[in-house]
Amino acid sequence: MSSTAAGLLQVGVLVVALAVVHRPFGDHVARVYTGSEHTRIERAVYRVARVDPDSEQRWGTYARAVLGFSFVGVVLLFVLQRTQSVLPFDHGRGDVPTSTAFNTAISFVTNTNWQSYVPETVMGHTVQMVGLTVQNFVSGAVGMAVAVALVRGFTRSRADRLGNFWVDLTRGTLRVLLPVAFVFAIVLVASGVVMSLESGVDVDGHTVATAPVASQEAIKELGTNGGGVLNANSAHPFENPSGWTNLIEVFLILLIPVSLTRTFGTMVGDRRQGHVLLGVMGVLWTAVLGVIWAAEASGLRPLEGKELRFGIPSSALFANTTTATSTGAVNSMHDSFTGLGGGGTLLNMLFGEMTPGGVGTGLYSVLVMSVIAMFLAGLMVGRTPEYLGKKLGQREVTAAAVSILAMPALVLVGAGIAAVLPSTREALTNSGAHGLSEILYAYASASNNNGSAFAGITVTGDWFQASLAVCMAFGRFVPIVAVLCLAGSLAAQKKVPVTAGTLPTTGPLFATLLGGAIVLVAALTFVPALALGPIAEALL
Amino acid sequence: MTTTTDAPTRSPGESRGRQVSAGVFHPRQLLVSLPDALRKLHPRHQLRNPVVFVVWAGSILVTVFAAADPDVFTVAVAVWLWLTVLFAGLAEAVAEGRGKAQAESLRRTRGDAVARLTTGESVPGTALRVGDLVVVEAGEVIPGDGDVVEGIATVDESAITGESAPVIRESGGDRSAVTGGTAVLSDRIVVRITTKPGESFVDRMIGLVEGAQRQKTPNEVALTILLSTLTIVFLLAVVALQPFAIHSGGEQSVIVLTALLVCLIPTTIGALLSAIGIAGMDRLVQRNVLATSGRAVEAAGDVDTLLLDKTGTITWGNRRATEFVPVRGTSEEELARAARLSSLADGTPEGRSVVELCVRRYGLPAEPDEREKTGEFVPFTAQTRLSGIDLDGRRVRKGAASAFTLDADTRAVVDEISTRGGTPLVVAEDDRVLGVVRLSDVVKPGTRERFAELRAMGIRTVMVTGDNPLTARAIAAEAGVDDFLAEARPEDKMALIRREQDSGKLVAMTGDGTNDAPALAQSDVGVAMNTGTSAAKEAGNMVDLDSDPTKLIEIVEIGKQLLITRGALTTFSLANDLAKYFAILPAMFAGIHPQLDRLNVMRLDSPQSAILSAVIFNALIVVALVPLALRGVRYRPSSASALLRRNLLLYGVGGVITPFAGIWLIDLLVRLVPGIG
Amino acid sequence: MTNFVAQALAGLRVLLVLTVITGVLYPAAVWTVSRAPGLHANAEAVDTTLVGIDRQGDRWFHTRPSAATLPASGGSNKGEHDEDQDAVVAQRRTEIARREGVAQDRVPQDAVTASASGLDPHISAAYAELQLPRVAGENGLSEQRVRELIAASTDGRSAGLLGEPGVNVTALNRAVESAT
Repeated sequence: MSSTAAGLLQVGVLVVALAVVHRPFGDHVARVYTGSEHTRIERAVYRVARVDPDSEQRWGTYARAVLGFSFVGVVLLFVLQRTQSVLPFDHGRGDVPTSTAFNTAISFVTNTNWQSYVPETVMGHTVQMVGLTVQNFVSGAVGMAVAVALVRGFTRSRADRLGNFWVDLTRGTLRVLLPVAFVFAIVLVASGVVMSLESGVDVDGHTVATAPVASQEAIKELGTNGGGVLNANSAHPFENPSGWTNLIEVFLILLIPVSLTRTFGTMVGDRRQGHVLLGVMGVLWTAVLGVIWAAEASGLRPLEGKELRFGIPSSALFANTTTATSTGAVNSMHDSFTGLGGGGTLLNMLFGEMTPGGVGTGLYSVLVMSVIAMFLAGLMVGRTPEYLGKKLGQREVTAAAVSILAMPALVLVGAGIAAVLPSTREALTNSGAHGLSEILYAYASASNNNGSAFAGITVTGDWFQASLAVCMAFGRFVPIVAVLCLAGSLAAQKKVPVTAGTLPTTGPLFATLLGGAIVLVAALTFVPALALGPIAEALL
Repeated sequence: MTTTTDAPTRSPGESRGRQVSAGVFHPRQLLVSLPDALRKLHPRHQLRNPVVFVVWAGSILVTVFAAADPDVFTVAVAVWLWLTVLFAGLAEAVAEGRGKAQAESLRRTRGDAVARLTTGESVPGTALRVGDLVVVEAGEVIPGDGDVVEGIATVDESAITGESAPVIRESGGDRSAVTGGTAVLSDRIVVRITTKPGESFVDRMIGLVEGAQRQKTPNEVALTILLSTLTIVFLLAVVALQPFAIHSGGEQSVIVLTALLVCLIPTTIGALLSAIGIAGMDRLVQRNVLATSGRAVEAAGDVDTLLLDKTGTITWGNRRATEFVPVRGTSEEELARAARLSSLADGTPEGRSVVELCVRRYGLPAEPDEREKTGEFVPFTAQTRLSGIDLDGRRVRKGAASAFTLDADTRAVVDEISTRGGTPLVVAEDDRVLGVVRLSDVVKPGTRERFAELRAMGIRTVMVTGDNPLTARAIAAEAGVDDFLAEARPEDKMALIRREQDSGKLVAMTGDGTNDAPALAQSDVGVAMNTGTSAAKEAGNMVDLDSDPTKLIEIVEIGKQLLITRGALTTFSLANDLAKYFAILPAMFAGIHPQLDRLNVMRLDSPQSAILSAVIFNALIVVALVPLALRGVRYRPSSASALLRRNLLLYGVGGVITPFAGIWLIDLLVRLVPGIG
Repeated sequence: MTNFVAQALAGLRVLLVLTVITGVLYPAAVWTVSRAPGLHANAEAVDTTLVGIDRQGDRWFHTRPSAATLPASGGSNKGEHDEDQDAVVAQRRTEIARREGVAQDRVPQDAVTASASGLDPHISAAYAELQLPRVAGENGLSEQRVRELIAASTDGRSAGLLGEPGVNVTALNRAVESAT
């Protein structure tokens, strides 16, 4: 079988698997967030943490809870790294340097998993498990909680409460992420992924680092986190030993973002509303996959930075998926991609991570974009714009605008300053247009909480550590607060009934509009910058 | 009771006297508005519009740089940036100018009326206070808004409505309101003043059309926020471009960057936004509707349910003769002849319908013969309430039952007709009652189609009538309304509105009586008839000067058209950016990366001509779209999806293509300029 | 602000509980299960052939070039238009052609480009074929015998569908070692 045919079949298998699984799983997630029963272990969590699981929060309180939880998460993770030398299984790697510890703490709490360190020599097993793995779970659960809060904004009528963040967080962690992660961690071990507390293993007289990979690998993909337990991330044979594990990992990355569209449809009582979002996500995901695949297949050095066992199709599939979901794990080095192929991965992020986006973040981002698209569409049909029975007025548009504005502002300002700093040139592996692409990619990745890199850039200098941390934090929490504000304002409204004059948001017309809005906003904002980077490279 | 002097119902588009001139855009208006546009260059004015403010600031920046180091290119860019700002001001000035012209003619009508108080004092109209009683006689101008408290008179309201046919105003009832500036033609009335000076109807109307108290409507604010966000995004994109360019080894000039910025931000919609709002209000005024706020106009576009009074809106209003009922041994034919004779010179719809019925059923001639022409026509007056003809000593009369002395038989017939929902018209000859003409409801032609259109737009129609359910159902079915409310009392109407609103719907209705006031206030769009009471006018948020209940449908369409125009031009504005990128980016960066010249798909002559052409296109498109902004985009009632598809194609796809052609054409000229090409 | 502090403290308590569950119990459970027979060798990478590290000397099949610095992994991160990398690749091609005694255009793509991990155990069948005469000669094995060893060390696509086929150099060199 030719490489292309096998690759296409592989994509087919993936799509069928997701199509089959996302329905029951999405409905399961909907039940998790709408049910009123607490499990015994959850009750224990609430009792120990002294939170009342049966009271609900206004949007402001919900937002403070998210921010407060994330804040202590950063502090705890920072402290863990800085005291690594006294923790077990550190294998003599010592305390993590301050700037790295700060950057990493923000990176993992924001679900970015940008890594400015080499794990094999810097990060011990205890911090990996007790610090990084925990944030892989809870940062994913935070994303889902915010998404569900926004969906409640649409489903509730004249309500001032959005739910209880602690309940949403706990349920998302224990009922959605944990069981799936556990099962797939075992599957991964069975498929060859290592799960060792040793520091390394001898291979033909050389020491190769090992780690407790499997447990973190499963949640790193499932939670769209992406932080590698080992430096080469999912390109490392210990993390991703075969074509089979590669497909499992891609499947895990897409599982929740895809299923959440079903959850959304189920919660708003109209499954087609979820289908149309999934359709738009799917079309854009497929289109960019095609671009990356074709570009890499016709590159000058197609195998540079790629593993032979994955080849071009599986590398393109992984690269496209990881950048379209804010995951950031890599099974090939994007920095060595062609101008067009690398540009494709960059574009996925600049879409704002919603094709299908990260766990929870993808859903709320695409809903915010739907709000903007429906605002314009509503005008064009001569009615005060509405979406899912809620009017889109000044408050809603302002919240949506702030949410959308944060990412481009951070990318452009951050990359702009970095581009003219004298120290930057020494940090780049590549010169010319590709060097600029490395800078753009770094800030796009941080601001979108993706975490992948054109890894040739050296980001251990203070400017990069600090500025990228700021981009990650603001790129995460400004949209979250804006989205919760939007949710609060939507929930307070009564529902407008659907009439013949209502613009349907389930058909191909809305899909075209939404897809067009996603592409247009990204293109209008970033084409000038991209012209000097990937576009110039691609036209060479 | 049937009066025969109602203002005739008009279809839209008919001549409306003074309003016609404002309806059509003339290029000369651009020139006339130039001084106003220049005044708008003041920073205080510019700050109100964030998008145009950025252009204004950019113009200043470029001017400074052009002054420091002038060459043909920089000066040309500076000039065209200033023209962009000017054109934006011009669009607004033209829209306001059209309003001002209307305001002028209104001011003249207000004039310097002198009020005669019942106490005998004479005071200037501007000094009247609420509660003052003034006497107005034939030939005098009513000095202020108020209610007739004594007497009955015919009034010429053409100054306000543009309608030359006089109307009747009388004390009590639903026809008691009079408007300052209108003239009494006959009789004498006493008016109680109901508004403070400066807040009268005419004053409000002037304020509205001049845009003096214009506040941004909620939707306009939301759109402005979106446009501001886009402006910030583009500002960041352009500002960040300089470091990227420096990094790539090709620093850009401030002039080029400013040109790029101005081309990218949504200048087209930013420049036209307030003109669209003013023009929307203007279109309403042209149709003789006065809205108390722009918010109400926007709400009109959202209406889900229309409450329509049966009479006058759906049917002609008990005005078609359908049967002759003879009494006291008169033959039907005899009655028909008399009825025909009495109606020959009667031009009212009722009169004509009587003649038509005679022609149709009894084969009588439609036109009077020579002998009949010698008869003397007795016109209808408010006092006599009857009309007829004196011919060869016969006095044939036709009129309301109350104008005659009726015997028991005739009374029974009259009552029967009344209770069945019709209107009786008694015919008599020399005080001898011959019989009764039954005037019945007839559904207006085209009504069914109109309601089908509304249905397509997603609007539900509910007919409100005092008729019994049986009659109401028949008429509802014939007219094709979605629902009806029979034997409706004001409280029923109110309950219906509340019910609809509780399910999240927006309700519009018309009303004229004091009874209607609470419902008018409760509804989201309440259109009061100008013939109605002051209470009704106060309660509603619009007043229809023509007192035409079908106007509600047009108001909904104007509301929709207003939003569509905004949405369409926003889409157009954003879609334009694509071509501008293809023009400007290769011009800026081909020096750094020669391969980027492949993006110069329009094959523009030089970097300077490419940038200048884009700037010129950006300025000219504003002027080119002024007529569209003032007129509003074409609106044809159809489903939301069909509308969106059409507008996306026209203004989205059109917005992508137009600038490619435009910039290419402009470049063909610009390249000829020495120092550019 | 007090609300924020209250929420943060609640957050700390919740985080600690969840840390015990997801940061201690969960990895411990996965680790414990991975002690099971059949999983243990995978978990501890016993005699692993998953990673490839180049053995010095002409006796062995060579892996792809590596940009990794052991014990860490990693790639070159060089873009496709990087001129330095052009030179590096050209030099690799010359060296390999000289080493194997073939024309430069017979040197396959994977032989001159670094993998993503720097630990890629696989080479293409073409690169294995290129090295076959040298390895056979140096080890005193027949080419037919070595060709059999190559076939035995060739991994197909997972499930015949997923990923790309390749020759596992680590397994192959071990086979060559035990064959001599």
